[in-house]
Amino acid sequence: MDWYPLFNSLRIAAISTVLIFFLGIFAAYYVARLPRLVKGVLDVVLTLPLVLPPTVVGYFLLRLLGPKRVLGMWFLEVFDLRLTMVWYAAIFASAVVAFPLMYRTARGAFESFDVTLAHAGRTLGKSDTWIFWRVMLPCCKQGIIAGTVLAFARALGEYGATAMIAGYTPGKTATISTTVYQLWRTGDDAGAMRWVLVNLAISAVVLLCVNMLEKKDARPRRQAAPVSGEVE
Amino acid sequence: MGLSVDVHKDLGAFRLDVSFETESGQLTGLLGASGCGKSMTLRCIAGIERPDRGRIVLDGRVLFDSEAHIDLPPQQRRVGYLFQSYALFPNMTVEQNIAVGVREKKARRETVERLVRTLYLEGQEKKYPRQLSGGQQQRVALARILASVPEALLLDEPFSALDSYLKWQVELELSDLLSSFPGPVLFVTHNRDEVQRLCQQVCVLDNGRSQAVLPVQQLFQAPRTLSACLLSGCKNISRARAAGDGQVEALDWGVTLTPAGPLPEGLSHIGVRAHYIKPVDGPGPNRLPCTVERVVENVFSTVVMLSTPGGSQGFSRLRIELEKGRWPELADRDPLWLELPAGDLLPLTRDG
Repeated sequence: MDWYPLFNSLRIAAISTVLIFFLGIFAAYYVARLPRLVKGVLDVVLTLPLVLPPTVVGYFLLRLLGPKRVLGMWFLEVFDLRLTMVWYAAIFASAVVAFPLMYRTARGAFESFDVTLAHAGRTLGKSDTWIFWRVMLPCCKQGIIAGTVLAFARALGEYGATAMIAGYTPGKTATISTTVYQLWRTGDDAGAMRWVLVNLAISAVVLLCVNMLEKKDARPRRQAAPVSGEVE
Repeated sequence: MGLSVDVHKDLGAFRLDVSFETESGQLTGLLGASGCGKSMTLRCIAGIERPDRGRIVLDGRVLFDSEAHIDLPPQQRRVGYLFQSYALFPNMTVEQNIAVGVREKKARRETVERLVRTLYLEGQEKKYPRQLSGGQQQRVALARILASVPEALLLDEPFSALDSYLKWQVELELSDLLSSFPGPVLFVTHNRDEVQRLCQQVCVLDNGRSQAVLPVQQLFQAPRTLSACLLSGCKNISRARAAGDGQVEALDWGVTLTPAGPLPEGLSHIGVRAHYIKPVDGPGPNRLPCTVERVVENVFSTVVMLSTPGGSQGFSRLRIELEKGRWPELADRDPLWLELPAGDLLPLTRDG
């Protein structure tokens, strides 16, 4: 069995998750501070990929990154880089489709953050940057981990936009999802089944990891409470 | 040297117009009902909220001046703010929380150790805020503030989050600690007893407007305004108008009274505290016949509600408080004559 689709899917999902992690957090942080009207408009634009059919996202990406389109042409001329029908083209697809999951969960976490903690930090002489990294992010850890895992899972499962912008070339752009479709289409039912099982296994592992992370986080709380012995 | 505050801010529902001055080493209470702008005043001083206009000066240092376009960020104001919820960082241990306040990195270890000792937090250093009791959390918050060497302290309802049985002890500890703080301390509360026990002077806030700063004794012995009188816990207040010759017509009680002192300009109300009212045998000056409406037995006293010649509704009623055991001999009198002693009558104006 050729394991290339597994390797390709994992690296695409991993790279897009890293991108989304930073972009999503910073978008969430800055959008929350904008005036209401701008916030409303940006919120719609940034969440749109969540509700649009992936083929529509794929269409927009092709319009933007295709070899005869603005960005695509520029990259081709300046860096001699193709942005479509190569393995890394799928990164754009899965990043755009999975971004709203990170953005929205991070924003939800930031909105439930107690602002008096930030006020306290400021009156104690701490900079906004310090407060963001040392207080706000750790306090919103749960939401951010949840968003990251969701984004990773969504990026791993991306099919529609990926098929349009990266296509299916065995050993080059094939991912698990495009392989399942290709094998099933060509009548290789057993082959498709194998990749379905692989996909199920990965998803189960991801979800197990989430559960374990949550337990690890909860443990000190439960252990420590009886030790504290509230004397007063 | 001290803190001088003059801030104005339109808050939609009401306007904040607060101005007062306090001195270093003095504990000043900001007393007012909930939602009257006390916390907003503190937030303006700390730099968390920006007033529309005004001027805030701490020990000669201008923190805010709308005309000179000075608005120091909270980081540079050196004003310690004890939040109602303490605002401890939940992701940090006690000693990490305290270390956040330390501005000089070299002195971090010693400062934290010293504050842990002075605030009775030994043995709690490695714990997280959620593992501490309310009183301990408050001491950590205070330690964190003191670590940042503030030049003024702002305390926002410091006892409201504590159980009543803890309050007493925490109050004593806090008052010891505050007495050694060199700068001005502002203490926001709606509880007059806390002001009485902790503060040297008090500024009453009424619906966003500040009144003159008074020594605490004066607020309780001789409040001059209606709101100060209400906040000082006086239960018997009647609308009033001057009737000439130093006499006052108490409209709600239906009686004309003669207070001992001179009457203030713009007299609008008159008050008398429940425990100064004396039951007497018959008519006389400053006396009125009353009818018993309700009797409430407390553990150590008896509270009696009476209707006056002015009626039996709302402000027309008088409330007296008697020692346990005195009531039975008075119970069957009808009418029951009461004297409102001239020296204990409080002539009030609407605002200061």
